[in-house]
Amino acid sequence: MAEQRMGFFTDTTVCIGCKACEVACKEWNDVPDDGFVFRATSYDNTGALGASTWRHVAFVEQDGRWLMMSDVCKHCTHAACLDVCPTGALFRTEFDTVVVQSDVCNGCGYCVPACPYGVIDRREDDGRAWKCTLCYDRLRGGMEPACAKACPTKSIQFGPLDELRERARDRVERLHAEGVTEARLYGEDPDNGVGGTGAFFLLLDEPETYGLPPDPVVTTRDLPAMWRWAGGAALALAAGVAVCFAGRKP
Amino acid sequence: MPRRRHEMVPDAEFRSYYGQPILKPPIWHEPHMPAYLYLGGMSGAASAMAAAARLAGHERLELAARTAAFAGGTVGAAFLVAELGRPMRFLNMMRVFKPTSPMSVGSWTLAAQGGLTSVAVGSAVTGVLPRVGDAATLASGLTGVAMATYTAVLLADTAVPAWHEALRELPFLFAGSALASAGAAVMLTTPRAQAGPARAAAVAGAVTEVVAGGLMERRLGLVGEPYRTGRAGRLMRASRALTLGGGLLATVAGRSRTLTALSGIAITAGALCTRFGVLEAGRASAKDPKYTVLPQRPPPPA
Repeated sequence: MAEQRMGFFTDTTVCIGCKACEVACKEWNDVPDDGFVFRATSYDNTGALGASTWRHVAFVEQDGRWLMMSDVCKHCTHAACLDVCPTGALFRTEFDTVVVQSDVCNGCGYCVPACPYGVIDRREDDGRAWKCTLCYDRLRGGMEPACAKACPTKSIQFGPLDELRERARDRVERLHAEGVTEARLYGEDPDNGVGGTGAFFLLLDEPETYGLPPDPVVTTRDLPAMWRWAGGAALALAAGVAVCFAGRKP
Repeated sequence: MPRRRHEMVPDAEFRSYYGQPILKPPIWHEPHMPAYLYLGGMSGAASAMAAAARLAGHERLELAARTAAFAGGTVGAAFLVAELGRPMRFLNMMRVFKPTSPMSVGSWTLAAQGGLTSVAVGSAVTGVLPRVGDAATLASGLTGVAMATYTAVLLADTAVPAWHEALRELPFLFAGSALASAGAAVMLTTPRAQAGPARAAAVAGAVTEVVAGGLMERRLGLVGEPYRTGRAGRLMRASRALTLGGGLLATVAGRSRTLTALSGIAITAGALCTRFGVLEAGRASAKDPKYTVLPQRPPPPA
């Protein structure tokens, strides 16, 4: 079963905002309609990643340029959604991706506020949590994910993560040499707060401009400290109760 | 094509994607989630009181505490099941035990708490197997202190800034709130002459709740803002007033039934305001991207 770690490199410098990735994802994964809303914020009509939006194209109109970026689940090395899932519905696949088993999920909703990127969400009419599977079924069939397949400009590149990282570093070097000094990689660093993301990006502005957190940390990194503080409070509670009864005759 | 536009933006300026949230706010419903936080905490602290009452020989108080622990755990569990997107699959919580998931640890704790408090009450009411009932009461003292505090880890173990950053104080806030809640419930259901330890618990819990809440808001700084503003701010202020008032009344509540009732109701209302307020503050802090972005920014070069 030991496969290579697979992932996405999304190069936003060549994204043309066509939304073919959003459509391909919807079609292949049978993701339901999530409403037709004119948001009056540029050309974005899906708004954010969610239970029924697994690829989201962000549009940022700036003075003299137009940023476009196809966002997706980051498939973190240290995935908070997976850590906190109480049923084991979320699991790590042989491709090192993070997938929800919809036949197990009981819709507890814990993964939703645990994700530091705001990716996973619960579909309220269905009651379960949903997100990008990195087209687990296609990967098992030896195919690339639907979004990468449909991308007409190779903004979305799929492949073994170490190859993608190398390719991305070369791309940034070339852009810097061409004078695009604001080009930077986002998420690829294995030493970042989530241990590196399986889906990473080449951006032309600060992450928050695209709706991404600048430097997120997996919440479970602090879990041992949380249990220690809670243990202290539990002991204090026991001691407090004991004191309330001490010296009082029935 | 040299483009250095981003350098024209001052460093201190905070930017976002059309002001939209970066995080998904917690989707847990009202009143389910905060009601469970209250009931589970009350049940846990009541179990600890029942165990202490057993050891100290306070029989009448022990019966009231056993009953409160059972009622809180049972009704709380019903709220939790109703909260699920797929309530029929609630038993999937028992598929695995995952120490990395506070909800998994909590589900097993709640299951143990429910079982033990059912046995304890069943035995007390029917008079059947008194030794088993007593042993269950003592054991529920252990699950009880876990019940009263694990919910703090449940909330802190998320990306929600106002919860995660409060990981030190939340357990004490919740333990204090649970002790005050249980003290109030037991005080209300025990004859005054035998309710002394419950009144003491109500006072100690109320003081802890107010002090821990105050320390939390002060230490958090920017991320603590949601506890002070908007609906969450109103709830937290109401909680403080009710809890302090109820706690003060509890010191003299032994004198009359009216004082006992006023104190118990004020403390219960205060504890509920705390739980609703903490949920609301978490939502507010997840919805405003500034609480996500600013703490994550590297400090500006000196």
